[in-house]
Amino acid sequence: MASSTEMARTVRDYLWILAFAVLIAFAVPWFLWRDATVVAGLPVWLWWHVGWMALAALVFHAFTRSAWDRGMAIGTDRAAESTGSTPAEGTPGPNAADAEVHDD
Amino acid sequence: MTDPLATSGTLLAARTLAAVAPGSAALAPLQAWTGETTLQLAVVGVYLLAALALGLIAYRVTSREAEDYYLASRSLGTVVLLFTTFATLLSAFTFFGGPNVAYSFGPEWILVMGLMDGILFAVLWYVLGYRQWLVGRQHGYVTLGEMLGDRFGSTTLRAVVAGVSIFWLFPYVMLQQVGAGQALVGLTNGAVPYWAGATLITLFMIGYVVVAGLRGVAWTDTLQGLFMLLVTWAAVAWVVSAAGGLGALSSALAGTRPEFLALGGAPAAGAPYSVQYVIATAVTIAFGVTMFPQINQRFFVARDARVLKRSFALWPVLVVLLFVPAFLLGTWAAGLGIEVPQGSNVLPLLLNEYTPVWFAALVIAGALAAMMSSSDSMLLSGSSYLTRDLYRPLVEPDASDDREGWVARVGVAVFALGSLAAALLQGGGGGLDVLVTIGDTAFGGYAQLALPVLVALYWARTTRTGMFAGVLGSQAFYLAHVFVPEVTVAGVTLLGDAYLTWDFALWGMLLSLVLTVGVSALTSAAPEEDARTFTVGAD
Repeated sequence: MASSTEMARTVRDYLWILAFAVLIAFAVPWFLWRDATVVAGLPVWLWWHVGWMALAALVFHAFTRSAWDRGMAIGTDRAAESTGSTPAEGTPGPNAADAEVHDD
Repeated sequence: MTDPLATSGTLLAARTLAAVAPGSAALAPLQAWTGETTLQLAVVGVYLLAALALGLIAYRVTSREAEDYYLASRSLGTVVLLFTTFATLLSAFTFFGGPNVAYSFGPEWILVMGLMDGILFAVLWYVLGYRQWLVGRQHGYVTLGEMLGDRFGSTTLRAVVAGVSIFWLFPYVMLQQVGAGQALVGLTNGAVPYWAGATLITLFMIGYVVVAGLRGVAWTDTLQGLFMLLVTWAAVAWVVSAAGGLGALSSALAGTRPEFLALGGAPAAGAPYSVQYVIATAVTIAFGVTMFPQINQRFFVARDARVLKRSFALWPVLVVLLFVPAFLLGTWAAGLGIEVPQGSNVLPLLLNEYTPVWFAALVIAGALAAMMSSSDSMLLSGSSYLTRDLYRPLVEPDASDDREGWVARVGVAVFALGSLAAALLQGGGGGLDVLVTIGDTAFGGYAQLALPVLVALYWARTTRTGMFAGVLGSQAFYLAHVFVPEVTVAGVTLLGDAYLTWDFALWGMLLSLVLTVGVSALTSAAPEEDARTFTVGAD
């Protein structure tokens, strides 16, 4: 039962994954490959690096504020009730039944 | 012309060994003891004593139990956790190897470091580290092997993971000791011989690791990390002002090595950096780092989630603060016309030229700090793998906590003295090339473990057989590529450095993923396996 709030959460999850992917993809400024422009005594690509790391720190900080735990399938009441199928965990499938057996 | 950085041996060696040539400095003739030597040794000595004193203070608050000894009872705060992980990540590479590479090939390693340690490792810190922390807190795990062994109901898996880890760790510790011995030889112009330097550093480490455990290591790491940052920035300020500013430095560089200003080097001049090299290096090392025992064990030690969050967000900042200045120093040295003889390191030479003697000694002390802060943590974690995953389950299953804490300390000393013996043999003329090769390729070796562990943490259908296949299969693949010479069969080169221009370590990681998932899908779980172990419940 996908309520609209749950849909919104899923969309936000994918946006976070996208944000992380962009952070990784452009940590090296590939579009400046072979570029030797110097600004204020340092190559432009080095300034990009410094700025990108600062941006990464800000994005990471925002992630810890608003989305931390989302990928962890932590057994909050709701998650425990459902089948536990979040994108990160995958579907337990046959093993869910398997797990019931070893109750100790 | 072959790409000078492309072979995997160089690729990983660059990060590890600080480009010190074993044997060369060790055989340097003894120099006269001068006033300068006394000053240099006094600086290093004061630093070592400060580290030891911190260790002793930590000892006073450390109990005799194993969990407190190895994990400081999972009580580390943000600053200490951040710096202990950071300092542990840095080896001699920060001060020697990295600047040397920047001096010879240009400063692109700054970007490799940014992608690798600033971004990829931070993401893994969350994906792998936070999850391990959650699971570890619930079940009281101390080591990776313990966690996996419990989940898959297999003492053998536990022992295999510990065994593989120690296999890569031991030579790596040895390389750090070789580096420390040589740094002291270089600093004192041979007045302190190699064997004395390596032994002195090892004994100091055993001292504070044995008495104070992780708390001592973490506290000294924090001191070492702050010290390294401070010294690096002071060095940059000194060199920049002496050379007439950033603009003058880049003009000098444009005059002598213009290709160093271009990302990836000049197109024609046999540019050493390729896109594949940058990606393969960053990915392999970032994943490898997470499986190094001393880093992996740090995933268990945060006091609460807030500590992990703050460290996660601060990570890219720290990486910029340290690696940009350290590697720029090496690059600038090329522009300033510093000559680096074979087997020497560029940074001390640059500093001798532009800063006073006592400051150059401080930087060498910083480099020693970098080596010690990696090695001390490796000793502690290596010993915990030995005692907890091999000795206790296989030799003495009903050892008490007190007894385990005691065995752990003996383990530290045995591990340290063993690697010291190897370092002395190696430094005294070589002969242990196999160990050097293993140490140089350790990051790739650990990287093979990362994906099976990730799969196990997130995919409930992972089976024990799948884990064995993923771990052992990829290790066999990787070791074969490290040790077996390449062969050409029907026009296809096998066991070479790369397939389709991508480093073999990456292919090994892919294999580990395919084997773990594939074999898990084809097999079913044994009754002792319990997927719910890794289900993270609310408190």
